[in-house]
Amino acid sequence: MARSDVQLMLEVKAGDEASFELLLRKYRIPLVNFLYRMVRDQGMAEDLAQEVFLRVYRARQDYAPSAKFTTWMFRIATNLALNALRDGRHRQQEISMDRPIETGEDAAVPWEVPDRRPGVEYEMIRRDRAIFIRRAIAQLPEKQRAAVLLHKYQELDYDEIARILECSESALKSLLFRAYETLRVQLAPLVGQSAAVGETGESGS
Amino acid sequence: MNCKKIEGKWIAYLDGKASPSERREVESHLALCSDCRQRAEEYRAMWELLDQEPQILPSPSFDAAVRARVATEPPRGRWFWLLPSPRLAFAVSMLLLLSVWIASRPVVVAPTPAATTGAGQLGGEADFRMINDLQVLENYDVVSNFDALSDLPASSGAPSQPSTQPPSHM
Repeated sequence: MARSDVQLMLEVKAGDEASFELLLRKYRIPLVNFLYRMVRDQGMAEDLAQEVFLRVYRARQDYAPSAKFTTWMFRIATNLALNALRDGRHRQQEISMDRPIETGEDAAVPWEVPDRRPGVEYEMIRRDRAIFIRRAIAQLPEKQRAAVLLHKYQELDYDEIARILECSESALKSLLFRAYETLRVQLAPLVGQSAAVGETGESGS
Repeated sequence: MNCKKIEGKWIAYLDGKASPSERREVESHLALCSDCRQRAEEYRAMWELLDQEPQILPSPSFDAAVRARVATEPPRGRWFWLLPSPRLAFAVSMLLLLSVWIASRPVVVAPTPAATTGAGQLGGEADFRMINDLQVLENYDVVSNFDALSDLPASSGAPSQPSTQPPSHM
């Protein structure tokens, strides 16, 4: 029978290292992905994710399950990401006020709608679309970005996300609405293209 | 058509998490507003698109890096309960420092007006005060005329003269 996160954490508190391993295995992918989508750099995202696990481990003696484990963990992750972004922004200010921080694979790809010519490989389309989507998310203000990521990709409840972002539920819903309104407009070109790609017959996947 | 009224309920409605009354309110609006019906379709398409963004995998060394960081943490337990809470420890140490500081302060007393008793006898406390009064040591007239040191000064401000302790020239 699977133990709950709270149970696992209480066992870590009692000194059970194996329970910590289980939490690590369960949350490393969600955490790394959340942080990657926040900070746009895989190296930094992994560094921050390691820091989250370290802080979870460090806090084990004082752990008291007053909130869901994911609320607590993602709150740590969100705060670390927001701090990293602010630190990065201070360093970038001298280079350009307007250019977003671009690292890794995103930096080389121009900001434009992917090519719709017939004959372009399906995987290339998919890759470009993924980058297009990532860019749209990365251009959101940080708190809106965090709200979207926690809502869409972590599928957390509104009250959890509100606690993580330290706002009311109604403020959170307003934040999500504004974020999705922006994304709806940004991603509209791709929505039309999804239909076109479907018609050319994707095999498998 | 006041679309703003349903903004606060929009996400929950599309998520299927709206309360019954919220759902009714949004649905009545949708029945009358083609813009919002279009918007609802666009949201569904957008969310499908967002689902297409693939996950990344942590690098192969990720777990080992976490374990390495965790391994450097000091063990806690057996002796930990003996330590007072950080705030209490801080308050106590500040009090200790304060009392040490107070005790180390020199007693600074202004030269006292002459107490003209007949014998000119000085009490121990007066001795102490005068010893501490550096003006005595700096006043050549006083220290050179040591025989007169048993006499108390006639007025305040005049250097006090220790009766028992010979000055030491430095």
